[in-house]
Amino acid sequence: MATRQTQTLARFMLAPSVIMLLVWMVIPLGITLWFSFQQYNPLNPIRDGFIGFDNYVLFYSNPAFLQSILNTLILVGSVLAITVIGGIMLALLLDQPMWGQGVVRILVISPFFVMPPVAALVWKNMIMHPGYGVFADISRFFGLQPVDWFAQYPLFSIILIVAWQWLPFATLILLTSLQSLDGEQKEAAEMDGAGFVSRFIYLTLPHLARGITVVILIQTIFLLAVYAEILVTTNGGPGYASTNLPFLVYQKASLEFKIGQASAGGIIAVILANMVAIFLMRAVGKNLDK
Amino acid sequence: MARAVTNQHKTIVTVAAWIVAFLIFFPILYTIITSFKSETEAIAGFNLIPSGTMESYQEVQSQYNYFKPFMNSVILALGSTLLALLIAVPAAWSMAFSPTRRTKDILMWMLSTKMMPAVAVLFPMYLIFRDLGLLDSRLGLTVMLTMINLPIVVWMLYTYFREIPGEILEAARMDGASLWNEIIYVLTPMAVPGIASTMLLNIILAWNEAFWTIRLTATDAAPLTAFISSFSSPQGLFWAKLSAASTLAIAPILIMGWFSQKQLVRGLTFGAVK
Repeated sequence: MATRQTQTLARFMLAPSVIMLLVWMVIPLGITLWFSFQQYNPLNPIRDGFIGFDNYVLFYSNPAFLQSILNTLILVGSVLAITVIGGIMLALLLDQPMWGQGVVRILVISPFFVMPPVAALVWKNMIMHPGYGVFADISRFFGLQPVDWFAQYPLFSIILIVAWQWLPFATLILLTSLQSLDGEQKEAAEMDGAGFVSRFIYLTLPHLARGITVVILIQTIFLLAVYAEILVTTNGGPGYASTNLPFLVYQKASLEFKIGQASAGGIIAVILANMVAIFLMRAVGKNLDK
Repeated sequence: MARAVTNQHKTIVTVAAWIVAFLIFFPILYTIITSFKSETEAIAGFNLIPSGTMESYQEVQSQYNYFKPFMNSVILALGSTLLALLIAVPAAWSMAFSPTRRTKDILMWMLSTKMMPAVAVLFPMYLIFRDLGLLDSRLGLTVMLTMINLPIVVWMLYTYFREIPGEILEAARMDGASLWNEIIYVLTPMAVPGIASTMLLNIILAWNEAFWTIRLTATDAAPLTAFISSFSSPQGLFWAKLSAASTLAIAPILIMGWFSQKQLVRGLTFGAVK
């Protein structure tokens, strides 16, 4: 029905976005792929050249690599568990009638808008600092020795900060999803004598399934890339105790100037993210057909 | 019977919700409180009532020239958002009103570019920026933030535009409206709310982006994310100053965020949850 003219116009309108995104994706990724097969060190250019899969082997055989993969998985898994379970509980709570619901919602959603360096530094210094933090004040109040969180439990500390940032997101999405639940169905279930638990398992949870899927997938994409929170708190340490894959790649490239190995690590990160992306695309794509 | 239970229930829910909300908001609240303390007060133990001094705010400006990174953040967030809208509005428009067989694939592909881990292209981007002389420049970073958020902007606009009924366009065309008039008098008024929401969300995302803004800037173009990160190795007493800088850095976006809860859900779930 659309005339040829409007079709041509439509293509012209679409072209800039597509071309720019294509260029923006293909060129840098191509360069990374190329470097991943090169020996390249800006500080020592004599030995530069093609070395096949050596970078991958080197990166893979580095003990820090396994630890960083493990840390990445622990970080993503723990934050997902905390935010999804916490988010469901919070959404259920906030969905009920109460006084001052608007204000409560605003308070709960706020951490999501705090930029990562601020979130991390506020937690590091104001809350978890072994000398002056609020946790230390609480410990002393109970006569306990304050804990040096970032030295003793570095990964846990980062998980705590990241979970605080993403709990509002999960809550907000799940609350939105919860509010689209048919009220009549709930009433019918209540009338039939279904208790809170069975209502939750047979009615609410299936309804939330879609929202939970979306929360998990989108958060995973962002959680796989956590960077600033680590940079300003532990800087990956002590040792590699809180180094995740992106941080290891950053260290290789920007601090050790091992560009080849960093590129190989980057390609591994791309593969990891793509495995998640496929599932997210499927979930979003389904929605597009409706 | 149900009524009596309801009021008691409501009280319990209210108390529980406020406690949880307070705990979640506490780090932000405590930061704001500490920003109004002096440095000695800030480390003197737990205290929710500040003396109300503004000296930290003054020092943040006089010692660190806070205004500069703040303005950089404003320029980057607004610049990248306007640029992204300029590119994305026509694209979303054409996909929403003249969809082809490939529209869905193009949308999905755009989404997939958003999933590329930034760190994977850190070095190529550094090289490209260096060779183009864009390192530590506001222009370079504006383009970078534009490209990062472009997929989300296209997607979000697309979901809004798709809700504009196509029949209205046809009716206007039947009435002899020219393409220009169609755009000005029929489409624009219907599209403005969607564009405004998209803009709001994109400003928030650009303001808080904390990888490229830290890695590709030094001093000239450094926005607040990079500025605050420089506080990670403290020198001397800095709790109150950190709090003041942090409060200023998050306040504008926090307030914008409160008004954009719905758009946030829509924008970040790519329309999968409404």
